[in-house]
Amino acid sequence: MDGYLISLATFTAINVGLALSLNLISGFCGQISLGHAAFFGTGAYASALLSVNGSPFVLSLLAGGLAAAILGLIVGLASLRVREDFLAITTMGVSFLFIGFVRKQEWLGGEVGISSIPKPLSDEGMAILAFALAAAIGLLLWQIRRSWMGRIFDMIAQDEDAALSLGIDTARYKLAAFVLGTAAAGLMGVVYAHLVQLIVPDAFDFIVSVTILAMVVVGGVGSIWGVVAGALLLTLLPEMVRFVNDYKLLIYGSLMIAVMLASPGGLAGVAAKLLKRGG
Amino acid sequence: MFQLELLAAGLVQGATYAMMALGLTLVYGLLRILHIAHAALFTLGAYVGVVAANLGLPIVLAGLVAVAAGALAGPLVYLAVYKPLLDKPPYVALIASIGLLIALEDGFRLVFGPYGLSFDHNPWFITGWDFGGVYLNAVQLTIAVAALVLISGFALFAARSRTGVAWRATVTDPAMAETFGVDPEHIRMLNFAIASALAAVAGILVGLLNNLVEPGMGAIISYKGLAIIVLGGLGNVMGTLVAALMLGVAESFGQAYLDHILDRDAIAFFILIVVLMWRPHGLFARGR
Repeated sequence: MDGYLISLATFTAINVGLALSLNLISGFCGQISLGHAAFFGTGAYASALLSVNGSPFVLSLLAGGLAAAILGLIVGLASLRVREDFLAITTMGVSFLFIGFVRKQEWLGGEVGISSIPKPLSDEGMAILAFALAAAIGLLLWQIRRSWMGRIFDMIAQDEDAALSLGIDTARYKLAAFVLGTAAAGLMGVVYAHLVQLIVPDAFDFIVSVTILAMVVVGGVGSIWGVVAGALLLTLLPEMVRFVNDYKLLIYGSLMIAVMLASPGGLAGVAAKLLKRGG
Repeated sequence: MFQLELLAAGLVQGATYAMMALGLTLVYGLLRILHIAHAALFTLGAYVGVVAANLGLPIVLAGLVAVAAGALAGPLVYLAVYKPLLDKPPYVALIASIGLLIALEDGFRLVFGPYGLSFDHNPWFITGWDFGGVYLNAVQLTIAVAALVLISGFALFAARSRTGVAWRATVTDPAMAETFGVDPEHIRMLNFAIASALAAVAGILVGLLNNLVEPGMGAIISYKGLAIIVLGGLGNVMGTLVAALMLGVAESFGQAYLDHILDRDAIAFFILIVVLMWRPHGLFARGR
């Protein structure tokens, strides 16, 4: 396979993993998050810092996931105090705070970021790693969906007060969703940092958070296959059609509006409707 | 005095935030929508203004054209995007609004180019006076005066005029207002027209202040506007105005003293998160 295809496949797998990890928080558990890129960035920065100082890759990988999960736990704890509209704005704030903080930290490279991060595997190896992690996240979501936890997530997403009145400790479950989802985003951040070998603050800005959200929304909030399809579509479309790449945000934005207007269930909702009609 | 200068610059900045945030809080108060795409109307106002001025119109007339464009475009946004989504869960309109903003920003980039436009002739920018050691140019003064006049004008309209009363009734209880013969659709259109006209005024003034109008100029101010209306206790007009001025001043001092730790644009969100942890419904929330 030529290099371009391998790197495209790796980026696609990273985006699928990111979209799935956000789907756990915003789709399954209904906690809308506009700051997912901050956790992606935390994983990337934590692992890059370790790797340039000579840490073995496996350690960097674990540390990246852990750092993102810790930030996720903090943001999750903070988010317990706010709901819906307040939560959306708080998580948006997390996105800006992350960038605004990292940009000014000399030990994190400031505006220029961290460069010459060692690549632990061959190009093919990185692609396989990215795919394996994305698949593991997908599998985790699938397992959660079938479990008791998945049912409770669903209940919180539908009607949190009803869940509370049944004696469910919704705070614990919301925290679990935040920690798992952000840890997964952190792992994808580790792969990203070691793939591109140079990270800058702007690679994790608000538009990236919005792009990940667009993948979830276009695919279908809460659906596993839908979100995979959404991530594939929004990653591959700009690559395949040059025209799309020039007008990327115009098309992402228009797709988000069109999906919300026509079918808030996204691609998954459309597919479900078609299947029902056929059967 | 350095501190006085910071205070003046902060208040001017706060005045632009106030004009933006007032529109956002009007939309939120009436429809419970976080109208992120408000930024696009701000940018639209700035572009219409700069194009009109560069075609030879005096700045005041260019400003009026910009306001007219905003007042027309706002209700269109409502009809095209929000109206069909009113009965959906709140995140649906929020996502559509984000989509609309990034699409329109890209649209401005395609139409007017990525590098932005400057005013060929910006007399207010180069005229200024010294007020006891604090230098302010004519744009900064206009911003302060415009914010004061427009916001108190709006308050008067809401308190005294017949339409203003109908508008307040619809915010409080749409169904009850309708039984009294108020057309809620009419009120919503008017709401978007006023909010967007305010955004357009803020847009052209910020364009004059920086002597630059560029596609992404609205985004940050709109995100901060959302932080401000949350700080002010969503839907609370007075709280929003106070929060806007406070944020302008906090940013001005923050940039002077904290720039080595935190980016200017992150200060708003730092304050926001700290305040929300302390008071989850904002600083000036009405009793819930």
